[in-house]
Amino acid sequence: MNQKVNSPTNFEFDGAYIGQYGGQFVPQLLMPALQQLDRAFEASLLDDEFQTELSRLLKEYAGRPTPVTECTSYARINQSRIFLKREDLLHGGAHKTNQVLAQALLAKKMGKHRIIAETGAGQHGVATALACALLGLKATIYMGKKDCDRQAPNVFRMQLMGAEVIPVDNGSASLKDAINEALRDWASSYESTHYLLGTVAGPAPFPKMVRTFQKIIGEEAKQQMKQLIGKLPDAVVACVGGGSNAIGIFADFIKDEDVRLIGVEPAGKGLDTKAHGATLLKGREGILHGSRTYVLQDGEGQVQESHSVSAGLDYPGIGPEHVHLMTAGRAEYVSVTDEEALEAFQELSKTEGIIPALESSHALAYAKKLAAESSEPLNILVNLSGRGDKDLAHVMSLLKETV
Amino acid sequence: MRYQQLFARLKDSNQLAYIPFVLLGDPTEELSLQLIDRLVGSGADALELGFAFSDPVADGPVIQTASLRPLAHGFSVQKGFALVAKIRAKYPDLPIGILTYANLVFAPGIEQFYHDAQKAGIDSVLIADCPVEERDLFSGSAQSKGIDTVYIAPPDASPASLKLVAENSQGYTYVLSRKGITGADNNQQETGTDLIESLKQLGAPPLVQGFGISRPEHVLKAAQAGVDGIITGSAIVNLINEHYNTPDKMLDLVAEYAQTMSNTAHNARHELNMTESIEKGSHYVDSRNSQTATAGNGTAG
Repeated sequence: MNQKVNSPTNFEFDGAYIGQYGGQFVPQLLMPALQQLDRAFEASLLDDEFQTELSRLLKEYAGRPTPVTECTSYARINQSRIFLKREDLLHGGAHKTNQVLAQALLAKKMGKHRIIAETGAGQHGVATALACALLGLKATIYMGKKDCDRQAPNVFRMQLMGAEVIPVDNGSASLKDAINEALRDWASSYESTHYLLGTVAGPAPFPKMVRTFQKIIGEEAKQQMKQLIGKLPDAVVACVGGGSNAIGIFADFIKDEDVRLIGVEPAGKGLDTKAHGATLLKGREGILHGSRTYVLQDGEGQVQESHSVSAGLDYPGIGPEHVHLMTAGRAEYVSVTDEEALEAFQELSKTEGIIPALESSHALAYAKKLAAESSEPLNILVNLSGRGDKDLAHVMSLLKETV
Repeated sequence: MRYQQLFARLKDSNQLAYIPFVLLGDPTEELSLQLIDRLVGSGADALELGFAFSDPVADGPVIQTASLRPLAHGFSVQKGFALVAKIRAKYPDLPIGILTYANLVFAPGIEQFYHDAQKAGIDSVLIADCPVEERDLFSGSAQSKGIDTVYIAPPDASPASLKLVAENSQGYTYVLSRKGITGADNNQQETGTDLIESLKQLGAPPLVQGFGISRPEHVLKAAQAGVDGIITGSAIVNLINEHYNTPDKMLDLVAEYAQTMSNTAHNARHELNMTESIEKGSHYVDSRNSQTATAGNGTAG
């Protein structure tokens, strides 16, 4: 698939690319695996039996549709209303389960009996482990050593469900290194093994495939908002690491040009420090993990280590579709610091009785800012992409430090 | 041109090319240059030199570990080009290939990268994470600067991919011995004669086999399969990993290893012919003696 340039208003994939971003920058060795996956994915879209089975699993096993909950008091500023798309209520505790079930079914269709996956916060690893347990597949999860430590409960969850968790101690020992390790495994195992990538990054067909299997979030939310307020929201806000929950809730709103789409990147200790993960705001174009996309890198192209209080956003790359949405001016990207996210984490817990994931707390923090800065009352839809149980030990230790 | 001249010369003498791989700037800039001198002195016919990258997804633990060293002491891509320029000045006819990752080519501007490569005297660039299907991004700039682009032919490539590799690879074709990542531990050679035959029929440039080639018997097997040369990477880098704190020992061990491998490569076809003769019972030749007798003759241009 050669590079193709879409017109700036085209937000669909053309082959391996969306706009000038994406592609398949992988070792030649992996091309047969990607080509096989691409064929299987495209066939699944027309396969009634596959779609029926996936819908059944999403409904009966994972608990879709997830509700939209209006906040009673969180960020009720200037009469703005905040609505939460409750992916935290999905089985597994985050939106990850949606597309993992789909890819696991696809793996079975391709006759692969082993699954490998990378995980940052552990949510994708947990989702992969549960899907593999359900469907009788063997799961090996690569997880940065640093992330294993700060997300210990999720490591145990994966192991309980029969997955093997391999801590990765190379490089920054977080998500990017886990992806490197999974790619290396896949290079010798692809005949029997599917690489179940967890986000809208990576080589084609992953960005398009993960988007396709996550867009149900926005499709449901759109109908739910129409029922709740009789119209579309003014803004849709989601956190962005690799970008799957954001693409999931954005996708169905892209053609609704009056709806602002806002992606929230992790500013970590501040955008003016080196300790952040704001790839779109502070990175530049490059090639990482199979995609032409934005990358946090030095002048010569060495990839820099990112930082975020939330493991799930701690990634120096980004899904290529987000770059396209940004450069085409369809979505806005902003950032929220560790400290602001921690505040939102606590405030939502206190005001609504919902403990959000640290990742989603970034989106919540920005929604509050947005409400505060607006002169008009806004209807803001926030993707509450995951629940915060996995973060409890980590947040407890952080709060002790600051006391 | 240097690759064509090399492979023409080797064809005349019925020899396989020996191409060692090391990372530029590893373990230090000075020792890197000394290592390369010793490799050339030990019979290397061409060099494959790597730029250390922060995320080497095609590489196994040995080269990953080594990559940390140049990065840790700030050995940049620009310093790498300067080092190659020195090597070029010393060995004007030696083919020099670069093995790198896509982001290092992309980051300075693709035109600029190939401009710098040309200025340094580099003959070919192989981008480990750019399959032939994505060639359009880089090939125009490479061509305009007269730099060959090398592509990889893996064991399971589709016929369509293989055809593209054969048509687009320049200088030589990098044939994978097996699936997986670089490394000397995983020694099984999977590449059968089928892949080699297909590539030859498709008119691919000279076939050089790499991945998991670390011992003389691998070279003989490669020769039997019909390739034109071999690359050893992890085996050498492993010696550097183990001995970089004792530079003299490191240099000697690397030179000794390279000498063994280049001798084997240069004599492999003769040995195979002799083995065949022995099997036919026509006459007896001790192949080990013949190898020892020619040791040290494999000096490259």
